[in-house]
Amino acid sequence: MAINTKDVTWVEPPQLGLLDQLYLPAIVGGMATALKHLLETVTGTGPDATQQYPEEKPKLPPHYRGLHRLNRDEKGRVKCVACFMCSTACPAHCIDIVAAPSPWNDREKYPETFVIDELRCIYCGMCEQACPVDAIELTSIFDLTGLSREQMIFDKEKLLSVYDETVRRGTDPVRTHSGKLGPASEPGEAGLTESSSAQS
Amino acid sequence: MNITELIVVLVTIGIVFAGVMTFVGYGSLLERKISAWVQDRLGPNRVGFDLNQPFLSMFKGFFGLGQPLADGVKFLLKEEFTPKNVDKVFYYLAPAVALSTALIAFAVVPFGPTSVLPPMVDNRIDLAVSKPNPNYQHRVYPRTNSELEKISAANPFRSELLEEAKSHSPKIELPKVAGIELGGSEIRFGIAPHLDIGVLFVFAVSSLAVYGVVLAGWSSNSKYSLFGALRASAQLISYEIPMGMSILVVVFMVGSLNLEAIVEYQAKHTWFIVYQPLGCLLFLTAIFAECNRLPFDLPECEQELVGGYHTEYSSMKFACFMMGEYTHMVTTSFLLVAMFFGGWNIPFLVTQDFPEGALGWGAKLVVFCGKMVAVIVFFMLVRWSLLRFRFDQLMSLAWKGLMTLGILNTLGAVVIIQTKPLGELSLWLLPAWSVIALLMVTGYSMTRPKPSNRFRTGIKSVDQRLSSQKELVGNRI
Repeated sequence: MAINTKDVTWVEPPQLGLLDQLYLPAIVGGMATALKHLLETVTGTGPDATQQYPEEKPKLPPHYRGLHRLNRDEKGRVKCVACFMCSTACPAHCIDIVAAPSPWNDREKYPETFVIDELRCIYCGMCEQACPVDAIELTSIFDLTGLSREQMIFDKEKLLSVYDETVRRGTDPVRTHSGKLGPASEPGEAGLTESSSAQS
Repeated sequence: MNITELIVVLVTIGIVFAGVMTFVGYGSLLERKISAWVQDRLGPNRVGFDLNQPFLSMFKGFFGLGQPLADGVKFLLKEEFTPKNVDKVFYYLAPAVALSTALIAFAVVPFGPTSVLPPMVDNRIDLAVSKPNPNYQHRVYPRTNSELEKISAANPFRSELLEEAKSHSPKIELPKVAGIELGGSEIRFGIAPHLDIGVLFVFAVSSLAVYGVVLAGWSSNSKYSLFGALRASAQLISYEIPMGMSILVVVFMVGSLNLEAIVEYQAKHTWFIVYQPLGCLLFLTAIFAECNRLPFDLPECEQELVGGYHTEYSSMKFACFMMGEYTHMVTTSFLLVAMFFGGWNIPFLVTQDFPEGALGWGAKLVVFCGKMVAVIVFFMLVRWSLLRFRFDQLMSLAWKGLMTLGILNTLGAVVIIQTKPLGELSLWLLPAWSVIALLMVTGYSMTRPKPSNRFRTGIKSVDQRLSSQKELVGNRI
């Protein structure tokens, strides 16, 4: 469908004067701009955009969405309650959980295996938003490498070790409230009352 | 030519070749650095001389100075791919032509202090009077004392004439090679110094470079290469004309095509950029086009076209084209400096005799090469300041703009030099005439109708045409 000529507004180009028609002043002006940028960069007064990457790591914002981790609770156990909210929310279907009866009293289930295919993941962070117990979080680790596809499938141990490593480094403080599990993990009446009291 | 002379020439060629090739390599690094700086980047700064060895780690980085070496190694080790249906002979010949013509043109370029030798009599004699014809004086320049003696010895007739001429004219002296004698022998700054057809030789040989381009495009048996070669050869041929015109006035004023004579004239008088600003501008524009540099890099068009005449070339053969282009840049920069920016001369600082001896020629060498590098840096800055021309704009600039300017400039200058309307001050009419000619051509171009990019009116759409046809034949259908 061609544009109707009635809908087109033509803007007249500005009339060039004698000096403009020479183009020389414009060329000199352009070169002055180029030279200004050159001198700024050489003297280091210009915009300091370049990072010397492997030596100098980028400063990432706190909400950066990188590699996942599985958080631990205060007793060092996996926080996850195997509710499948994250794998349901995941648009890339990269989370695979096998639930098992929890060996601990404070919850019914726990993940026997928790596997994320990091190559499938699109790092949208919806798993983190969906998690009711703040068990899964995205960290600022972005330089993820592997030699095979199998290596890029991270299991529960690996994801927990990501938590340990990031906590040790101090790069990624636990974003959500750590320690106590979220209300959904509270068994029975206690969870409901606490959540309702918190709302009121 | 005796064997010592031959060795001296060969050594000079070796040094010049190594120097030019080194500069070409580091020129590519400089180009990348300047490109980066203009765009607020840092440029190549990783490849140093540490060779990945921990004990050499102090040479790591090093401002990327190892980059040209790495590039060279890469070019040598890359696969030398020859497409199946190329014309093998010309396919292999083209890069050699491109590089060698650029290098041969360098033969007459003086890159250091030069001194024009005092004029000697010509060995042609006026048969009528059997005496040196004064019309032929100032034409022959023996290069050194020894050469003069050799020529005299080889030609007894001429040496007679020389003695006679010496006794006749006080102007004729033995050559004085100021500042270039060291330890009794001559240091030469140029492979073929004192060549009287200097400028002509450079122009003649560097215009042969178009053969490399055409052969490459034709023999590659590829549409892209062929079109690239057509673009490039049309451009190179077109811009040779304004290039030749731009230096005519310089040659008129000096009375010689010898580059050393041109430099010396400027050292004695004023740089030609003052007398010939328009000529300088024309020459500058033309060499941009001749070197395929932006804004005239249509032969290559890095960003938007498939290669150019060298589309089908890989590894070292491709590098030959690139080196040829860079060498051409170096040569034309030296030419620009020698013809318009005074060569080794800086008024009041570096003059014909001011720093004497070794310091003198050292200073002149540094000044000459420094000016050349400044021109190259200018080349690279322009690359990031101007937009690429469209092909029709390129052609109309050369044929309508630059050639008109060249003709006007030459005509006006010839009239001024011949008639000398203001006596001694007449030379200062030249820059004024430059400005007037520039404004005349610009003003005329303003009166020309501008091409419109609007929709063309009066063209009927398909529907309209169909309906009108129906009106014509409708009743019958």
